[in-house]
Amino acid sequence: MGKNVKLRLENIDKSFPGVKALDNINFSAEKGSVHVLCGENGAGKSTLMKIINGVYHQDTGNIYIDDKLVEIDSPTKAKEHGISMIFQELDFVPEMTVEENFVTGNWPTSKFGKVNWKKIRKQAKEILEKEGLDYDLDTKLKDLSISDIQLLEIVKAVSYDAADIIIMDEPTSAISDTEIDLLFDKIRSLRERGKSIIYISHKMDEIFKIADMITVLRDGQLVATKPKEELDIETVISLMVGRKLSENFPKEDIEIGEEILKVKSLNSHRIFKDIDFNVHAGEIIGFSGLVGAGRTEVLRALFGLDSYDSGEIIINGKKIDVTSTNDSIDNGMVMLSEDRRRYGIIPVRSVKENTTLANLEEFIYNGRLHRQKEIEVVEEMCEKMNVKTPSIDTDVSALSGGNQQKVVLAKWMVNDPDIFLLDEPTRGIDVGAKFEIYKLMTALAKRGKAILMVSSELPELIGMCDRIYVMSEGKLTGELKRKDFSQEAIMKLAVG
Amino acid sequence: MKDLKLGDKFSRIKQKYGIFLVLILLFVVSSLINSNFLSVRNLTNISRQISITTILAFGETILIISGLLDLSNGSVLALAGLLSVSVFKMTGSLILAFIVAIVVAVFCNIINGIMVTKFETPPFIATLAMMAMARGAALLYTNGQNIYRIGDYTVFGQGSIGFVPTPIIFFILIGIVTWYILKHTRLGRSLYAIGGNEEAAVASGINVNRKKMLAYIVNGVFVGIAGVIFMSRVNAGLPNGAVGFEFEALTSSIIGGTSFSGGVGTAGGTVIGAFIVGFLNNIMNLVGVNSYVQQIIRGGIIALAVIYDTRTKKMRTKSQLGNVE
Repeated sequence: MGKNVKLRLENIDKSFPGVKALDNINFSAEKGSVHVLCGENGAGKSTLMKIINGVYHQDTGNIYIDDKLVEIDSPTKAKEHGISMIFQELDFVPEMTVEENFVTGNWPTSKFGKVNWKKIRKQAKEILEKEGLDYDLDTKLKDLSISDIQLLEIVKAVSYDAADIIIMDEPTSAISDTEIDLLFDKIRSLRERGKSIIYISHKMDEIFKIADMITVLRDGQLVATKPKEELDIETVISLMVGRKLSENFPKEDIEIGEEILKVKSLNSHRIFKDIDFNVHAGEIIGFSGLVGAGRTEVLRALFGLDSYDSGEIIINGKKIDVTSTNDSIDNGMVMLSEDRRRYGIIPVRSVKENTTLANLEEFIYNGRLHRQKEIEVVEEMCEKMNVKTPSIDTDVSALSGGNQQKVVLAKWMVNDPDIFLLDEPTRGIDVGAKFEIYKLMTALAKRGKAILMVSSELPELIGMCDRIYVMSEGKLTGELKRKDFSQEAIMKLAVG
Repeated sequence: MKDLKLGDKFSRIKQKYGIFLVLILLFVVSSLINSNFLSVRNLTNISRQISITTILAFGETILIISGLLDLSNGSVLALAGLLSVSVFKMTGSLILAFIVAIVVAVFCNIINGIMVTKFETPPFIATLAMMAMARGAALLYTNGQNIYRIGDYTVFGQGSIGFVPTPIIFFILIGIVTWYILKHTRLGRSLYAIGGNEEAAVASGINVNRKKMLAYIVNGVFVGIAGVIFMSRVNAGLPNGAVGFEFEALTSSIIGGTSFSGGVGTAGGTVIGAFIVGFLNNIMNLVGVNSYVQQIIRGGIIALAVIYDTRTKKMRTKSQLGNVE
């Protein structure tokens, strides 16, 4: 320890009604270093960061910055102490332009309170140039993808020079590999400038790429703080979950059946072009590519969330016109969106209502909901999927990300479709829940379902898929069989 | 895990019955303040007084749950009631008059629904426009004159079955219908989902526009019935009647726990909200509060109800974050 410590937390305790979220945590961040914080959802990472950022206040314990005791009781106070935080779930104003977004809450004004837009434009241009990014300053945020916005958020936070302590909560959950490299370059340059970075992540390869120190939290307790060199991936995973994972991917050999989904030269103007592929029963197909390659857009068009210009969608040998989500759902094709909060859950309603939402007709007799049947089905499904919830009447918003995802999956399982379109099914959920989602995918494939998965995590695709299609700039650039899988082969196709 | 369950249960109970406790408190305090309050006659009176606005409030609750709104219900009530009275005077048929009221109100609400679903107008604006149009149409129809001598038409609002006045019977029936729709039908579930997260509802295969239209149609039926009861009670066809009823209906719904951000609300809550409003008005009258002051108090109460709604939501999210993270 000593002089080099920038931020020090001492004996931090925090309880919420009914749960002890943090139990006697001692944590410190040094100058010019990256301290990775990892742990499953519910381990207390976010609570700890929110205490540092002034969103919550600790019940007991002290926070020191530069060895001076500080009282952080609001995010504004945190900012004054040089703490800057990038949240995992982005909140942004869709109508704002790139330029405006850079200066929100920090507008340079003239003496008379007039906003100096010239100065802002100059600043924004400089920042983008400095960071090597090419965005039109007048583009509205609503016209950008999540990953673009995330990148801009990060750039904004790091360009704010007064920040000495930068907290990043899973900054890579929505961005592609090249963008991750860009981000890591930024982080390294920040480290050289002597900043303290606290980096929260689930992704092991990332953690070991960027960390100087690693701290693992489990159930509100600190289980290890060690330099990276003294740890390896298996150790960290087992510290996080408290048990050894025998294998990372529960892939099984499943007999491939009939062709269930066939897509012929699907086109959508300026978004994707001539998409041809098929999926068989029992098969797990991966879609790889950089963010912006058009993978999600293909899935959305198939599911009826967006329209397509031309092409054929053939399910079980029958040509289908998809104009709305009803068309795809009625033909046994469902989609799990990458944006769970937006397209997946009804947060203010119960686990039960969310689970049966897509298949209510199943529970209607003479216009009346059969409550008993509903309860039975939902309880059985929750048990099968291992959804951790106090009761099926709990609001979905009260569950952890992984359990919310399981509820969305459960909704589609109740519907019992033939084809699952999964868009980043494990994004933002912890290792244990990921493994359960993989197991579910395998179980579905075993039952003869066809699965199509878009993922930005190559290990996941390589571990779970039978075939991988790679997309680049709206076009399919290749198809790989399982024996040909390698990160290098996929990346080569992905960059075009 | 067990603690969490208990905590969860407790907050649920508070959430569910908090407003009921307010009602009981108000009831007890009112009976202590004024001895006239606790008479069967006064209580029946209150029920009858609130019946029309509560019927509107049931429709409003269904709409707000779905992320919609109706500001036109007072005006549409007047137009529907007026035309109904007029048809009765021409034909002498009570049944036909009743049907006309419903048809007119449903028609206006179909226009509301088309504006909201097909032309994607915000419900606030669409129904604000309807509020002006329906009122204008009512005044135009009689050239601003009232229609008197409505004869047997009074049976809808002034009659009774046994000792129960007809408005209260309608109030109870429509309450049950609302409860049934929200709790026991596919439509109800879909509306909660649409109000809770419209995009997720679309992605779950719910025909959102169709359900929204149905919500407005149901609202139209309620408004039409309210129109019949209203004209029958005031013993005339009043093109200028029921002004400001949308405010009373909204107040009852919001106080009853319907969340303005959608996805949350119940028929039972609305009844409680309506009685809170009714008791307050009644006790203010009994103790002789100046009617202008009453209006200020009513405005203050709806502001308080919304503040309460926002705060509980914040608290809920906060305690949930605690559970999760």
